[in-house]
Amino acid sequence: MTELAATDALPKPKRDFVPALLPLLLALATAPLIGSTSSWITLTVASLAMGAMIFVMASGLTLVFGLMDVLNFGHGAFISVGAYVATLVLLPLAGWVQADSLWLNLAVLAPAALLAMAVSGALGLVVERVLILPVYGQHLKQILMTTGGLIVAEQALYALWGPQIIPLPLPTALRGSFILGDVAIAKYRLLAMLVGLIVFIGIQLVLNRTRIGLLIRAGVENREMVEALGYRIRRLFLGVFMAGSGLAGLGGIMWALYREQVHASMGNDLTVLVFIVVIIGGLGSIGGCFIGALLVAMVANYGGFLLPKLALVSNILLMVAILMWRPRGLYAVTSR
Amino acid sequence: MMILSGDPPRSRVLGILLVVIIAALALTPLLFPGAKAMNVAAKICVFAAVVASYDLLLGYTGSVSFAHTMFYGIGSYAIAIALYGMGPSWAAVATGLAIGLPLAALLALGIGLFSLRVEAIFFAMITLAVASAFLVLASQLSWLTGGEDGRSFQLPELLRPGTVLISKDVFGVAVNGRTLTYYIVFAASAAMILGLLRVVNSPFGRVLQAIRENRFRAEALGYRTVFHLSYANCLAAMVAAGAGALNALWLRYAGPDTSLSFSIMLDILLMVVIGGMGTIYGAIIGAAMFMLAQNYLQALMAVASNAAAKAGLPLLPGLLHPDRWLLWLGLLFIACVFFFPTGVVGRRGAAARRSG
Repeated sequence: MTELAATDALPKPKRDFVPALLPLLLALATAPLIGSTSSWITLTVASLAMGAMIFVMASGLTLVFGLMDVLNFGHGAFISVGAYVATLVLLPLAGWVQADSLWLNLAVLAPAALLAMAVSGALGLVVERVLILPVYGQHLKQILMTTGGLIVAEQALYALWGPQIIPLPLPTALRGSFILGDVAIAKYRLLAMLVGLIVFIGIQLVLNRTRIGLLIRAGVENREMVEALGYRIRRLFLGVFMAGSGLAGLGGIMWALYREQVHASMGNDLTVLVFIVVIIGGLGSIGGCFIGALLVAMVANYGGFLLPKLALVSNILLMVAILMWRPRGLYAVTSR
Repeated sequence: MMILSGDPPRSRVLGILLVVIIAALALTPLLFPGAKAMNVAAKICVFAAVVASYDLLLGYTGSVSFAHTMFYGIGSYAIAIALYGMGPSWAAVATGLAIGLPLAALLALGIGLFSLRVEAIFFAMITLAVASAFLVLASQLSWLTGGEDGRSFQLPELLRPGTVLISKDVFGVAVNGRTLTYYIVFAASAAMILGLLRVVNSPFGRVLQAIRENRFRAEALGYRTVFHLSYANCLAAMVAAGAGALNALWLRYAGPDTSLSFSIMLDILLMVVIGGMGTIYGAIIGAAMFMLAQNYLQALMAVASNAAAKAGLPLLPGLLHPDRWLLWLGLLFIACVFFFPTGVVGRRGAAARRSG
């Protein structure tokens, strides 16, 4: 540490670009292995779309952990709830969904997504007040409480919608792909990438350009200090928790449309993926979460193409490799 | 007292309850010789052992593992694959155990060394990820595990239902190979639970509790916490694998749904919390309550659901549908964590300690 005079400019925060380059390196490194350019581009687009969806689901989880040291094992429930709520809009308005007009399709998709986010956000409010508030600071109980919440939520979904798989067809205008030369790019994947990017930029803007974002970042770094300065961090946290739940709901409808079906077990399946992403990225880091999601999706897609057998455990291998390199994830933001 | 490691259940009600459960389990083949009752009793025995071993982790060290079914599954699959591959012989059973138990311990050691150094949350997430990868692996490597279908196998001659040991009338019940299998399951589970009771009441068990209460302080006192935690992890994994082996022997089958799925992990979690964390005895009560609820509560719920449907109530028929029994146990689980974290057993024990 060098001494600073009062008049000196503050030292610039050190930027760490190495993790951000990883997805790029991975994409370039696999290109010669895959061989054909068209399949490489298809795989890359697929990875980016999948990564974007996983990021939307995982972003809330990582912020909630970073800010309040709460790990929500029931996060997957919000994903399922979002998907189920979306069916409330998409299935009755099937006519609009089937119509061959982009505007009609979007006119039904947008309210479905908004409703999904609103309902899972509201559910987040209930969960935070009822399940998490009483057990702040007790990790063991948090894990148990939220796992219990996951069980109840999954069963309640079965009770309300029945145990069968609900098919959810993609809107007509989003079916099929753009053909560029011999490369086919699915339209829906482009939309997913776009939404993921908007969410990422939106979160970054809120975190870095607004007062609330400043408080959240300060809270992630040192909760007690923010409290000591007189801010009600509990209320701030409640807001973040609801926003995170809402984003999980949005991720749920995106994933449901991607797979074209809805089932209460999807939340459970995705929870594991989301956790791996959050661990890889470094608990509490949005940037790390974004890169982690891209890496997981890339390893799944490239791995599935090159070595299908290995792809089954590729996520674990990726996680082990990253943690060997950086034991606290790509970007460690919390001191915990 | 020797057999209970000097740690008897500290309440009369609880003691009576335990005696009733254990006596009922011991006498099941004589009292309720039906196939369903035998199945329920065997499952209670197996799960009491698994839950007790999970309690060693959750209740005594305070670390939440989501990989416990993985070890349980390793035990099941080891027996199933050995008996399937080598034919129905006792040598195959021994081989399965000789491979399954050390494999489980080794894997537990690996996971422990990798993730126990850091916080409980990290351990929980890593175990969840590893367990899900293992589940996928087991259902994909179909040349070894039979894939989604699992592996059915023949038991050694002596344990088959067709083998009549005492042809008639021990109190009017024929004793056959199935009865013998049941008693093997019962005795082995009981031995494992008593062994775990011995472990938690040893100096080693006290150190585990110290780590649970204040890890930093335990470390400052000179205990190698990572060693203790890894050791406990390996022990729990081996008991779980043993119970898995018993389960495979009883079912004559091992598959992803009966031995590896995430829902079994949730079941185990429910049982240990409802029974009582950090008590070992809670495992027996939790397993008995859960299995009875799973098998008999549904009939009750069907009646209630039909009544609600007849009365024309909205929503209730769906919520009371027999398949939704887990919903109510989930609510009970949350209530248990919230109101009495030491469960049924801890509640009774605490009341007894206060009054005594």
